[in-house]
Amino acid sequence: MSGKSKPKVAVWKFASCDGCQLSLLDCEDELLALTEEIEIANFPEASRAVVKGPYDLSLVEGSITTPDDLSRIQEIRRLSKTLVTIGACATAGGIQALRNFKDIHEFVSIVYASPEFISTLDQSTPISSHIKVDFELRGCPVSKAQLVEVISAYLNQRTPNTPAHSTCVECKRRGTVCVMVAKGTMCLGPVTHAGCDALCPTYNRGCYGCFGPQENPNTISLGDRLREQGADSAEVVRAFRSFNAGAEAFLKESERHEKENQKH
Amino acid sequence: MNKPGVIDREGLNRLIQTLIGRGYQVVGPTVRDEAIVYDNVFSIEDLPAGWTDEQEGGTYRLKKRSDDALFGYTLGPHSWKRFLHPPERRLWQAQKDSLDFDIVPEQPDNTKYAFLGMRSCELHAIAIQDKVFIQSPHTDLHYQSLRQNALFVAVNCGQAGNTCFCVSMQTGPKVEAGYDLVLTEILDDSHHSFLIEAGSEAGKNILEEVKAGPAGAGEIKKAEEIVTNTAKQMGRAMETGNIKELLYENLEHPAWGEIAERCLSCANCTMVCPTCFCSTVEDVTDVAGDHAERWQKWDSCFTMDFSSIHGGAVRNSTQSRYRQWMTHKLASWQDQFDTSGCVGCGRCITWCPVGIDLTREVAVIRESTTCQEENFSGSEAQNENS
Repeated sequence: MSGKSKPKVAVWKFASCDGCQLSLLDCEDELLALTEEIEIANFPEASRAVVKGPYDLSLVEGSITTPDDLSRIQEIRRLSKTLVTIGACATAGGIQALRNFKDIHEFVSIVYASPEFISTLDQSTPISSHIKVDFELRGCPVSKAQLVEVISAYLNQRTPNTPAHSTCVECKRRGTVCVMVAKGTMCLGPVTHAGCDALCPTYNRGCYGCFGPQENPNTISLGDRLREQGADSAEVVRAFRSFNAGAEAFLKESERHEKENQKH
Repeated sequence: MNKPGVIDREGLNRLIQTLIGRGYQVVGPTVRDEAIVYDNVFSIEDLPAGWTDEQEGGTYRLKKRSDDALFGYTLGPHSWKRFLHPPERRLWQAQKDSLDFDIVPEQPDNTKYAFLGMRSCELHAIAIQDKVFIQSPHTDLHYQSLRQNALFVAVNCGQAGNTCFCVSMQTGPKVEAGYDLVLTEILDDSHHSFLIEAGSEAGKNILEEVKAGPAGAGEIKKAEEIVTNTAKQMGRAMETGNIKELLYENLEHPAWGEIAERCLSCANCTMVCPTCFCSTVEDVTDVAGDHAERWQKWDSCFTMDFSSIHGGAVRNSTQSRYRQWMTHKLASWQDQFDTSGCVGCGRCITWCPVGIDLTREVAVIRESTTCQEENFSGSEAQNENS
């Protein structure tokens, strides 16, 4: 990039906890190298300064939950050459997509003293439901190594290495003993997109599905197996309804078990 | 020429110390995370004394034995593949200078491994990987280096697991070839000993240093009985007669679709398989673009990327991917490497989260085909024992 101006990179926030933006700040070792190569034009967690657009690369965190979000995301798309969504909120609607299963107006009336000041949508939706997204980076939060990889791939004009296979592949490469087979632990690893390097199973927990569905998720077969291993339908519903509750494969499977739960 | 000897637990410890003394990194069975896995072993204290495992499709449980057997388990999730053909390995690095870039290839790993507690099926699996990595037009120098330096201390299985079927695949349970030393654990109320035999010059040389006592006729007979008895305990069986033709003639069998309803395409079967050898390469750059690396990583025919070519993935459905895996393992492997790709270790059955059992799936296809033949000709089903 020598001799040329550095690409302008902007980070945008929608409905989210800011954890994915913080992952970028957490890239301590690579952060200096990054700032050598890019100009940070907007990064709410790092600085209030905003450089005017257009932007070469926009990283978008969070889901669309308000009428204002709807117009703001269109404007950001208009100003961005390349737009990458980061994290479960931006790619699947996030934990706040749990509202999609209930009546949002009831929540608002219970939670807020003056509900008339609340302007919100009844669904939390991923960014890709509203605009064209060039690349989606999964995770709750995103893996900082993958975030650096995506930026690095962008700067070097190559495809990022973010495999869409199951988390099981990461467990097996690490040599982690399968918690589902060896202990009967409830684990979403077989249907979950890789990226975390099998963090939870390596520490003796089942996978929570933070990276959403893998490329070819057989959630029905896994759901049936979890039931055989002793989980009741309510537990399976909860397993599929977390950070990626709105991702289609997880959504359908949670609804299947919810129906079954209601029958009993 | 290689007379069997006998050692006790202390003798086994001497064997481990002898190997360490000769510069080997000894890897053997240890207990971790409620399973028996292969890891560094420094003395018999590291071995899984008194532990065994119970296995079924999709289930593995570590259990206490009533005795102190050191090799009283069947097989854990790991195979020796992770040492000879590591899950992730850098192939080369490239560094940019002002005009050009330099490529720095990775030097082959010259670690001297001594694998302790290898089972017959595992030795067969390594012989198969040797064909893939060494006796092929494209020798994997890394594998070759590790393989040539490695020393194999095998153990005859004292029990078979519920997912074992080495007898069907003619790969065990008796250790017959490819070993440097082989042990048979003999355990009764009064004593705990190991019959030990050398299978190579290196093994003989080590055995001399370990100083085994002479084996009596009773011990030799007992060791024979142990392995004969294990052969009778196979939890699974697979009819292998004409298996290649059977699968080739049934590529459109409805069983593939039925399996795909259960298959998670999670790739666990391929990762735990001791013969599956596929890998992918990932090219990475640093942020500045001055440094690049190429990494080789275990891959699986169950991923979409695996069959991605110009225009997209060739095998889009789970059905086509499972069929690819099983027909390769049991049929086209024979065309490619002149051997089956399956050694009957049963890991793919145990470690499949939903317990898909290839012995059962082969039987389903075979039975339906036999039924059809009966319907056509009224003749009796052929006995196709190989």
